[in-house]
Amino acid sequence: MSETNFASAEDKMFARVEAGMKRRRAAEKRFQWYGRCAVALGLTFLVVLFVSIVSNGYTAFWQTRVTLDVTLDASVIDPQGSRDPEVLRAADYGGLIKATLRDMFPDVTGRRDRFALYGLISNGAAFDLRDRVLANPQLIGTTVSLSVAADDDVDMLMKGHIDRDGAEADRRIKDNQLGWIDQLQADGRLERVFNLDFFANGDSRDPELAGIRGALMGSVFTLVVTLALSFPLAVAAAVYLEEFAPKNRWTDLIEVNINNLAAVPSIVFGLLGLAVFINFFTLPRSAPLVGGLVLTLMTLPTIIIASRASLKSVPPSIREGALGVGASPMQAVMYHVLPLAMPGMLTGTIIGMAQALGETAPLLMIGMVAFIADVPNGVFDPSTVLPVQIYLWADSPERAYVEKTSAAILVLLLFLATMNAVAVLLRRRFERRW
Amino acid sequence: MNQTALLVVLLLTLSSLAYHFGRKRAFAVSGGRIRTLHSLPAYYGLYSALWSILPALAVTAIWLAMQDSVITGMVVAALPPDLSGLEPARLNLLLNDIRNLVAGNIVSSQPSADVLAAADRYRSLQGTSGFALFTTALGLAAAGAWFGYSRIRPEYRSRNAVERTVMWVLIGCSTIAILTTVGIVLSVLFESIRFFHAVPVTDFLFGLDWSPQIAIRADQAGSSGAFGAVPLFAGTMLITLIAMVVAVPIGLMSAIYLAEYASARMRSIAKPLLEVLAGIPTVVYGFFAALMVAPFIRDSGALFGLDIASESAMAAGLVMGVMIIPFVSSLSDDVINAVPQSLRDGAYGMGATQSETIRRVIFPAALPGIVGAVLLAVSRAIGETMIVVMAAGLAAKLTANPFEAVTTVTVQIVTLLVGDQEFDSPKTLAAFALGLLLFFVTLVLNVFALYIVRKYREQYE
Repeated sequence: MSETNFASAEDKMFARVEAGMKRRRAAEKRFQWYGRCAVALGLTFLVVLFVSIVSNGYTAFWQTRVTLDVTLDASVIDPQGSRDPEVLRAADYGGLIKATLRDMFPDVTGRRDRFALYGLISNGAAFDLRDRVLANPQLIGTTVSLSVAADDDVDMLMKGHIDRDGAEADRRIKDNQLGWIDQLQADGRLERVFNLDFFANGDSRDPELAGIRGALMGSVFTLVVTLALSFPLAVAAAVYLEEFAPKNRWTDLIEVNINNLAAVPSIVFGLLGLAVFINFFTLPRSAPLVGGLVLTLMTLPTIIIASRASLKSVPPSIREGALGVGASPMQAVMYHVLPLAMPGMLTGTIIGMAQALGETAPLLMIGMVAFIADVPNGVFDPSTVLPVQIYLWADSPERAYVEKTSAAILVLLLFLATMNAVAVLLRRRFERRW
Repeated sequence: MNQTALLVVLLLTLSSLAYHFGRKRAFAVSGGRIRTLHSLPAYYGLYSALWSILPALAVTAIWLAMQDSVITGMVVAALPPDLSGLEPARLNLLLNDIRNLVAGNIVSSQPSADVLAAADRYRSLQGTSGFALFTTALGLAAAGAWFGYSRIRPEYRSRNAVERTVMWVLIGCSTIAILTTVGIVLSVLFESIRFFHAVPVTDFLFGLDWSPQIAIRADQAGSSGAFGAVPLFAGTMLITLIAMVVAVPIGLMSAIYLAEYASARMRSIAKPLLEVLAGIPTVVYGFFAALMVAPFIRDSGALFGLDIASESAMAAGLVMGVMIIPFVSSLSDDVINAVPQSLRDGAYGMGATQSETIRRVIFPAALPGIVGAVLLAVSRAIGETMIVVMAAGLAAKLTANPFEAVTTVTVQIVTLLVGDQEFDSPKTLAAFALGLLLFFVTLVLNVFALYIVRKYREQYE
């Protein structure tokens, strides 16, 4: 009697545990799936980001160009026949291009139609022609075949970003322009070539002429200033704090400061740069020098922290060995510890530089956001940097700038990837386990 | 500026000469027996080189910093009384004209004879100052080199002297972090104090209306300008909240999965890939938010008949959350890995499943660290600028609806300061007041979070 009772109680318990186990196993499965989903979501965001930028941007590396046969009429370019460069420079090349277009489409009359026709060709065509003539004045009087950039709307049409079948009123390319473009294409005068302008030009209000050269050079100058200042400063600070500093209030204060500066929003560094470098020291606005100074202050904590970690990983036996054979503490650090810690410091520096290369907000504060068409030649020239250029283009309404922005992002990401790859390689190559 | 570069090059040449001769002299005074020298010969060379370059460089730096204001003062003193008696703002404009004339730039108006004379004076003073600087610095360098050179004796402890100098340089470099903090605090504080003279602190902190437009003439509409920052705080909080709702669960769960479940192979692939998200510049996220996510949200809202602003807080918040995922996940990963294995083993020994161990044992043990990580992430989100500048709105609106456009503190700082403004209008100064606030809030969050994290780490060490 009591035995059966006991058995049934045991069974009950087993049944309960069994039921509980089922629930618990299901919970375990669910929990694992949450984790998997979280990782997958994170990676999906990454993929979506890259796919959307690449698919928007890769077309910007090609450009639609139109081949024109321009007759270089001597009476227009150089009526006196002096071949004086000043005269050649001032001639009406835009008029020549327009005349060529009129000759190609003789049935286009009317002011508005002609304007629409001229609009197919980039404003830069006249400058291309001028440079060609200036380089070789013998061409005057002959007919040259000139490949010029098409207007950005034509380019967008050829790349399929403008819908041919949409209502004419919402279309940037009108029906008559479509006809001319088709004719140009039928004549084999339209071609798609690698977009050299994108890498050779500075910024421009005309999307087809806008390039990243100016921003790229600005970034280079800014980074050179940053590197030249932040690397020695950070290494010196790290060496002092890690190797020589006594443990007291003052060094504690420095340490807390460094840790906090690493987490201060970057825009605050921009405010500092504006108030101190520009308003107090009256350094030039928009200059890579000021940008470099601001980014130095911003990246210093990162590099100092990495350098200290690197110094810390050098085993004490190295120092003791050096001290044992009679080196002074300074000599032990300079000749023995520092060389061993250098790869780690360089890795930290490259990561800091990558951070500086991608930084935008503080540079907006110090005026590196102006529209600057010239390519800067030094650290005092007004310039902009790659991320700011991306910001500026992203704000521009023309469809063609979406493509340019994505392409500029691709270039920026390429640089960042290279820098990080170098850092990883450096770490792999020189990482030592003691 | 090229002159300065030339001067520096000359000074460097002089000091390397000093090094060379100092070293030679050390050999000479030792009479060929280096053993009799206290330090290695190179230290004697370095000793004279340092004597040659450091004083000269210091003088050059001070000179260059002072030069402008001294010359300006002298030019102003020499101006005819009707010009030098102008009010400060006008005088500044005049000085700008003079400087532009000196630099050969275009000036605002046809310069008068007095201004031209002043520009000439400025130019000649500049020339004199440059020449004087050259002779002084080079003279000092030569004198310093000679002084160092003359002190070289076999028993002179030049290594100690050199090392002392190097040590001071190292100490100097390490104080830059403090100088930066002081610089930040002073620069935003001074401008903020000027702002609070124009606008009371209470209006700024508790005002519900933000429209920083100040009319140029007194009779224009909206001439007062309102600087109530509450809508900005609300907007910042809203976007930060959305970002955290995205980032915390995803970041935390992926950290848990990668730390506890994933195979070593998967971990070695997924972890760096997730960290790529942290390396992407914020301007790229901003572009992504403004051009892809915002239209997508707006269009999908339209499908359900919702009217969603194209600069909705949702788009900015979502993308910011994505940006912060790796931040949360790598910090939580550290924290989870720091939980001692014995706690896990204990839970398994009691028959707990892995997820039960994680939820009931590891998570509570790691909670302080995770809270610290989340606080750091919040401070990141508050200070994040580019995403919100590109994807959030400009108009300050007090709303909790994530589908409406709101603006944030950082957006306002950027819009107030980008472009040409008078530097002392309340509009510009307001940006500094916002900056002060931003600095203060993120500082408190960071200090608190770092404190929690450290406290927690000590607990298990």
